Formats: sequence, structure tokens, C-alpha cells
Amino acid sequence: MHKMTENIAKETRRELKTLTGAQIFLECLKEEGVNEIFGYPGGVILHIYDELYSCDFIKHYLVRHEQGAIHAAEGYARVTGKPGVALVTSGPGACNTITGLANAYYDGYPIVVFTGQVASNLIGNDAFQEADIVGITRPCCKHNYLVKDVKDLPRIIKEAFHIATTGKPGPVVIDMPKDVLVNKTEFIYPEKIHLPGYNPTYNGHPLQIAKALNLLYKAERPVIMCGGGVIASEASEEIFKLAKVLNIPVVNTLMGTGGFPQTDELSLGMVGMHGTYWANHAVTNCDVLFAVGARFSDRVTGKISKFCCDAKIVHIDIDPCSISKNVPVDIPIVGDAKSILGDMLGIINPQEIQKKAEDKFCWIQQINEWKKKKAEPTVNSHKLNPLKVIEQIYEETKDKNPVIATEVGQHQMWTALLYKFDRPRNFVSSGGLGTMGFGFPAAMGAQVACPDRLVINVAGDGSIQMNIQELATCVHYNIPVKTFIINNGYLGMVRQWQERLFNEHYSHTVMTGPDYVKLAEAYGATGFRVEKEEDLIPTIHKAIETPGPVIVDFIVESMEAVFPWVLAGEPICNVLLCKGQNKCQKHNCDNCI
Amino acid sequence: MRHTLSVLVQNEAGVLSRIVGLFSGRGFNIESLTVAPTQDAEYSRITIVTIGDDGVIEQICKQLNKLINTIKVMDITGEGNIERELVLVKVAAKEEDRSEILRIADIFDAKVVDATPKTYTLEAMGDDIKIKSFIELLRPVGIRELVRSGKVAISREVQLMTTGAK
Repeated sequence: MHKMTENIAKETRRELKTLTGAQIFLECLKEEGVNEIFGYPGGVILHIYDELYSCDFIKHYLVRHEQGAIHAAEGYARVTGKPGVALVTSGPGACNTITGLANAYYDGYPIVVFTGQVASNLIGNDAFQEADIVGITRPCCKHNYLVKDVKDLPRIIKEAFHIATTGKPGPVVIDMPKDVLVNKTEFIYPEKIHLPGYNPTYNGHPLQIAKALNLLYKAERPVIMCGGGVIASEASEEIFKLAKVLNIPVVNTLMGTGGFPQTDELSLGMVGMHGTYWANHAVTNCDVLFAVGARFSDRVTGKISKFCCDAKIVHIDIDPCSISKNVPVDIPIVGDAKSILGDMLGIINPQEIQKKAEDKFCWIQQINEWKKKKAEPTVNSHKLNPLKVIEQIYEETKDKNPVIATEVGQHQMWTALLYKFDRPRNFVSSGGLGTMGFGFPAAMGAQVACPDRLVINVAGDGSIQMNIQELATCVHYNIPVKTFIINNGYLGMVRQWQERLFNEHYSHTVMTGPDYVKLAEAYGATGFRVEKEEDLIPTIHKAIETPGPVIVDFIVESMEAVFPWVLAGEPICNVLLCKGQNKCQKHNCDNCI
Repeated sequence: MRHTLSVLVQNEAGVLSRIVGLFSGRGFNIESLTVAPTQDAEYSRITIVTIGDDGVIEQICKQLNKLINTIKVMDITGEGNIERELVLVKVAAKEEDRSEILRIADIFDAKVVDATPKTYTLEAMGDDIKIKSFIELLRPVGIRELVRSGKVAISREVQLMTTGAK
């Protein structure tokens, strides 16, 4: 009773304001600490845009396509860990968010997307620009809401931000009918959240943690697999300490890039379809796989029946669904990676570590042997080699702590393989959904979040054209993203598959693009072209030093392919290192113990 | 294997489509599904009968739990629990079959809820086996129409064993 009166007193102390839904929307964003949003206006959300007209606490970035807004919000979330926010209109505006939502859902990044909706009394009447957005987005977001009463709006927004940022983060959609934005109510931002069905587990079970640690002590050939969850839970420091104190080599998934420093001697780099030879062999031959925040995607496991078949698997994940979904797990630990790894570090016993130190030393030596098998460029030509370009980008920018975004395709894999990421949240790339066109708007969002940092988007000539319109946004707001196009005149990754698997039938993968230098200039940005190796370093520097958005068009060898390469459905130890290589023996591979 | 899942959800618009969408999107089977509010109108009980191996059932339960509106998921498969289904059957009631139909109804504790010169409509209630045998026995007579409610189920409370005085 006493508490209740206290609460009432608290409420009355707050200034009770009667506001429209549109005003409440902005007040809620303020309460959530949102300073920047990406959006695109349209009929039913004009009331919000009218409020934004005189709003001084939120900076709105007008994108050129709604898909760009969602990717930008995700890029923003990826580099900051804070939720990205996007605002779009009903119907087509809302439908254009789907790819972005699915992308954020797959890779687990927090965004909150507000969509306009036709007035409540028109819903279901096939009104102009009506779409059942709650229905359409249901399978591609963590949760969604249709606001039916302006009184519910603050609660829903509060819940949405909570859901987006807790547990396994993800996108949440709020569909707001026009009348909800016009209607008035007293604005109270709720302090508490009541979601009886949503209660993510953060603390790992102590017994499971002890069991896992015990297994790692006893392991002779252990490997740690660092997934995207390490980055989401900010567990880089913990995983680093654990790997170091136990002397265990670390592979990373594409999403886990930067979770463990790739320049460290224990880092084996990426595992999976385009994983390094030694990472794939280490995982295949390990006796204990310690997976942290990874979900065992088919791009990581290859042929499931041959994946870690002799190893015990420990799996930490905050999402119970990802445990034993694809690969059976021996010791599952549901919870937050940071907290669980912290618990492990807290109870670690130095004497136990010594017992198998010798074996672990030998194991690392074996891995060092495998490290000699490095994939080299496979094509000799007078043209620039794309691997050389990426390596040079790394050399020239590594000391600047840049954010590196990529699109999807060969350039993405080369970047993941050749650029050594030492810190989390510096690599922004579409993993699960593999969305071409993600990189550029995501880089834009990242740059908005970190205006003083160097943000580079490594792109292909295919992907860049999927969201090139955002160059106008970058120019408009002077968002100085540097886009490096690895231009090989093909949809390179598809071409690579066609070369090996479809008798060199380059069916619809040849691409002529525009003149990217002129295109950049047409948009009001700066463009450079590099065709010769001697221009490589100076142009990279010039691009970085030029203020504002820049596009550099690297004309590279067309026939270069991404190696290492494990063909789809093969065991991941079956690593091809160059174009001619054939299959090998045990598990169909050549270098197993 | 066939499993009966009892899912407690918030009684809100769209919750059912989240659940059904999850099943179709992930390729899980639904054999039957019933939904109705519980004693507390804020919550609904969904009973789903589904088929899958242990791994699939585990995924289904986890995925259901992951939905924000899901409060609790229970697998209440097996003899330890109470399962019931209601069936309404309209059968052809020819002169020579009428007494046979009534005899079958009697065996299964079924009621005649509608009768015309040409048809009987029977209502029966029971578990899987009972409903199945009831339908099979009626089949030779000629089933015109058959409507099943889908299964509802409730867990059985643990019986306290009385061990007698020492």
C-alpha cells in the first residue's frame, strides 16, 4: 500500500502532458536515448514528420530507399551495440523493410522499426498503401506490434526496445495506424516492463560451467569457436583471457570476426566454407570444441555428419533454440557469453591447466604445420589482383582502427580472410541472410554512429548497385563513407561456382556497370579509378584523405576465385586451395591426423 | 512419434498466427490444434498434436518458448495425462442399420444429438483409441460427415501413495 502511494506521488511529480501519438513517439525515443533515426516519409506518417520538423533532440537522416534505412539502422547498431531506429510509411515503405529486417534477425542485431499504417477503421479494407505489415514481418523479426490505441504506444515502445536489445538481440517492428498518431492521451513513460512470456536466461548453470571447464582442462586438442554472440555480449576480453590462460587456439565464424584478435598467435581465422585450411582442420581434428555464441550454420559445419564427429562439443548460447539444432551438443550452457566466460575465469584452477599443457603445446605445433597451407592468388595476369587490393587496404588502414563493412560475395570473403580484425564491432557484414546491398547503407549507418572514424565499405561491382542510391544520402549529409569497389565485371562468387560446378557456363553473371568515377561525380561525391598496382597505395591514401564520400573503382582480374573453398555439402576438412585440386582420402580429405 | 503439447499463451490478437506461422515456416507438422481461453481470460491454452522425432519435438518446444507471447510449453504426451476429443458424426441411417447404429452409440457412450428419417448424428467423446474405434465401427454404415474437435489435454496430478500405517 505504501509503495502504491509512493508511486502515485512519483507520477504526479512528473508533469502529466496530454500529447498526440506523434508527439508521444518522439518523447518515447527521447526516453530511450535515441538521437539519430533513418527514415523516409509518406502519407500516413506525416504527423510524425510534422513533429520532426521542429524537433531538436532527434536527427533524422532521409535515406533514398527504405531498405537503406533498415540496413543503416543495423550498421548503427553493429558498431555501437545500441539499437538502431528506422521510420517508414505504410504499404510500399513498410514492405521495403523486409530484407533489412530479415538480415538483422538472422545476424541478431537490435533495431526498432516504426512503420506507418492506414487508419484503424480502414485496416482490412484494401485502403491505399495498406499492407498487413504485422503479418508480413512476423517470421522475419523478433517481435512485432500493431498499436491499436494511443494509450498503448508508450508501453509498446518501451517493450520493443527491451525486446530488441535483450536476450539474443533482434529487430522489433511497431506498426502505427494514422489515427493512433493523431489521437491524444496523457503521456507517461512506463518504468517497468511486464512481459511474463519473455525472460531470457543470462546466468549459466554453475554445474554446466564446471563440467565445461573440466572438459577443457582434460582436452588434448581443444579449439574455441568464437561466434557473433561474443560480439553481441561484449565478451571479447573474457574469451581472450580464457584462450590465453588455457592456451587454446581460436577459430571465428564470419559473424565472430574481431571477437578474438586475429593478429594473436592463437587466432586461426575463419572456419567454414571459406575458412582457412588450418582452422578447418583444427575443428575437424579437435577433441573438444568450445563454441561461444555460434549457431552452427551450414556454412560453418559443411557436411554435418563429418563435423567434429569425434569431438565433445560445449556450446554457450543465449538462445536455447540454437543449441543442438544442427549439431548435437554434449555440454550446453544457456546464457550470456560474457557472464558465463567470466564465471569460468573466476573458478579456473592453474594446477589443472598444467596437466595437459604438453598435449596442447603439441596440438598447436600440429596446427602450425597446417598453417603452411595458405591459399595464394590463383590467376596470373597483367590486371590487378583482388587479393592484393584487399591486403593493401589492410596495410594502409590497420593503424586507423577503421570500421570495415562489406557487401556479399567474393570481396566479402577476401576481406574476412585477409583483413585482420583485432577488435569487435569493426567488421560489418551480412552473414546469415547474405544480403547483397547491405554493406553500403550499413557503412552509412556506422559512420553516422561514429562520425570521427574511418568507415570503409568494401564492395563488389554487383552488390554496390543494389543500394547505390544511398550515395545521395551520404552526399546530402556529408557522411564520408569510403567505398572500395572490387570490380571484376562479374557476379564473382556465382561465377566461381559456375566455373567449377557448371562447366564454365557463365549464365547471367557477366555484368557491365556504369563508370563509377563519373557516377560518384554525378552524385556529388569523389571518384577514383585504380587499374595499375603502382596506383594502389597512393589512391587508397587519397581516398582516405579526401573529405566526404568517396568511391574507388579497383579494376581487378575477373577470373580470380576465393580459396580456401569447401564445396557445399562436403566435410570442412575437404579444403580446396587452388583451382585444380581434387578430393582427398580419410573423411575425403588429405591431412587428418 | 506423436506428441501432445500444451501451450499457455497471452490471449492477444495474432498469437495464434505466430504459432501456426512458426510450424509452417519451419516445416513442423500440426495434426490437430485447439485454442480457448483459460480460467484467466488473459491467457489462452493451445493444445497441439504434432509428429516428430525427439530432436524435432525439442526444437518445436524451444521455438514455441521463444515466442514473446508464450508463457509456458508442456509436452503432455502419454498415459500419465488426460486427453479428450469430441467427435460429431452424421451417419446414414437406413431402416436395417438403425438399431446397429444405436448399439454402437451405446457401447461408446455416444449420444444421438440429431435424428432424421435418413440420418443420425452422434456425439462421442474420448481419447484417441476410443474415437478411432468409434469411427471405424460406424464406417460400414456410411459416414456422411465427420467433425472432430481436435484434442484437448490436461496433466494428471501426482497421486500420493498411501503406504498404510506401520
